[in-house]
Amino acid sequence: MGSHIGVRLVDVVKRFGDVIAVDRINLDVHDGEFFSLLGPSGCGKTTTLRMIGGFEEPTSGLIELDGKDVTWLPPYRRNVNTVFQSYALFPHLSIFENVAFGLRRKKVGDAEIRRRVTEMLALVELAGFERRKPTQLSGGQAQRVALARALINRPAVLLLDEPLGALDLKLRKQMQLELKRIQQEVGITFIYVTHDQEEAMTMSDRIAVMNRGHYEQLADPETLYERPATRFVAGFLGISNLLRGTIVEKAERYAAVRLSGDAVVRLPVAAVNGTSGVEVGVRPEKIRLFGTETPAPEGFNILSGTIRDASYLGVSTQYVVETSTGGRMTVYEQNVERTLHGSLYRPGEDVQLAWSPDHSFAVAPSVAESADEE
Amino acid sequence: MTARPIDPRTAPLRPTVAQRLGRWLSRYGLFVYTGLAIAYLMMPIAIMILFSFNKPVGKSNFTWVKFSLDAWLNPFGALGLQDAVVASLEVAFVSTLVATILGTLVGLALTRYAFRGRSATNLFIFLPMATPEIVLGASLLTMFVSIGQPRNLLTILIAHIMFNISYVVVTVRARLTGFPRHLEEAAMDLGATEWVTFWKVTFPLIFPGIMAAALLAFSLSIDDFVITNFTAGQTVTFPMYIYGSYRIGVPVQVNVIGTVIFLTAVGAVVVSTILQRRDRGA
Repeated sequence: MGSHIGVRLVDVVKRFGDVIAVDRINLDVHDGEFFSLLGPSGCGKTTTLRMIGGFEEPTSGLIELDGKDVTWLPPYRRNVNTVFQSYALFPHLSIFENVAFGLRRKKVGDAEIRRRVTEMLALVELAGFERRKPTQLSGGQAQRVALARALINRPAVLLLDEPLGALDLKLRKQMQLELKRIQQEVGITFIYVTHDQEEAMTMSDRIAVMNRGHYEQLADPETLYERPATRFVAGFLGISNLLRGTIVEKAERYAAVRLSGDAVVRLPVAAVNGTSGVEVGVRPEKIRLFGTETPAPEGFNILSGTIRDASYLGVSTQYVVETSTGGRMTVYEQNVERTLHGSLYRPGEDVQLAWSPDHSFAVAPSVAESADEE
Repeated sequence: MTARPIDPRTAPLRPTVAQRLGRWLSRYGLFVYTGLAIAYLMMPIAIMILFSFNKPVGKSNFTWVKFSLDAWLNPFGALGLQDAVVASLEVAFVSTLVATILGTLVGLALTRYAFRGRSATNLFIFLPMATPEIVLGASLLTMFVSIGQPRNLLTILIAHIMFNISYVVVTVRARLTGFPRHLEEAAMDLGATEWVTFWKVTFPLIFPGIMAAALLAFSLSIDDFVITNFTAGQTVTFPMYIYGSYRIGVPVQVNVIGTVIFLTAVGAVVVSTILQRRDRGA
């Protein structure tokens, strides 16, 4: 039963007064999945998580855990546990008692508690910390205690609310891998809230990219990056170049789009929907630069342009190119390419930009945006 | 550093007296000042303790005669003193207990819940502290007389609980403001009901605040004179006893009781400090 549904949200709405924090979300999270809610602050991701945990009641809608309706159950009657952003360790209890808290509530015997706490502290690599107080821990250690305290209850679902937000970058990277390892080891469904796209991509099986109370796209990290469905998703996960145009031809594999300045680019037919107006996107690292003398490869989308800015970033060089369409595009060139054509392109130099039609995608304007702008 | 020959015209002279005084002051001035301030604060207490060992001639204990342990060996020797101390302790214990429980609940309600009339309640809680005691006392007396309630230990208790609640609420509320709600959510997340959450998480964490509120209430109650005087009827409390005996001569035993109360307070502070240190260091 790999695709058994662990958590289901049906038409969930949450209002705070006049503000709609969560706007009709429907979501199925599978058993054993590492699922992320990704979005900017105020997008409703934490509210969604808090409703699953039982800390907020939805204004309307239904929340199911393991097929059971838990919408109105208090947190202590749900088989889920939470790792809070602030860790929320009990300052008056030792690390042992913090981790044992859930088992004590279930009246588990002392010997069993000792065995399981020891085992759990070993899992998060904190053996020997039993008698310390939370104030005597570093941020990374406190975070792991919070994780152990939640996992020891063997919940059906573990909710994590930006648990790595307070850690420095290096520790965060390390903990991301650690979390993924632990999740695979215990096989529990994780629902992870973050505003950090890289973090979500590193760990998640699937990600819901949220914006203004609903999600704009729900997919695996690769699809989100390679085929973002909306303008918002394209902009939130990495950098993308978007070009407005009109579809002029649909062939078997590719559709042709005429951009302003009469340039025509192609993209997979599957990427476009009914409307003729479209925004074509391409990621900066998919674009290759050629001098005006060099013939560009056959079958590529080609735009001519002028280098406006070049920044050397070590691994790569970032160019800003003003194209014949009138817009500016960002291009990342691996510095291995640079050694091939000899040197950096200088600002003012004319170049050709070339990318494979398969690397083009089309985005729909975001729902919220279209309401604002048009 | 290279040694240079000293030029007698520019060589520093021995420091002047003013310079030396300035240097001495900047080094020890703060100690002296602090010492004087503490002495100023402690003087009345020192005199109270000193005169508890006095053997006065006649009834008034205002001039030092000679050292004696008489009063300490017979602390309740003065007529009526024992009853007064017992009455004061009864009122202080019961009013502290009741006011601490009620005030803690009010403090919890005021910080936890948004309800109609919350700001009004906040104001009403503050009013008894802002009202002059003499006004409270007079109006309580008016009220008791008009409803035909005879004045006795019960009316003193009602009055003390009333003014103590305000102080407890204010103290407990200060501790609860900024209390991390996430801790309570975490407890419930881990399977604790609201009741268990309160006793396992909330109460232990706000306990120092509750304790401070109780100590404050106790000390306010045991030395209250103005309100008690209006509501006491025939009952005499310790402060009223002292005031009453002032005209005929305060017995030395009053200083003994005062010293014991002071030492108990100091002891309580020392014990709580030690407990807190041990708690933190563990």
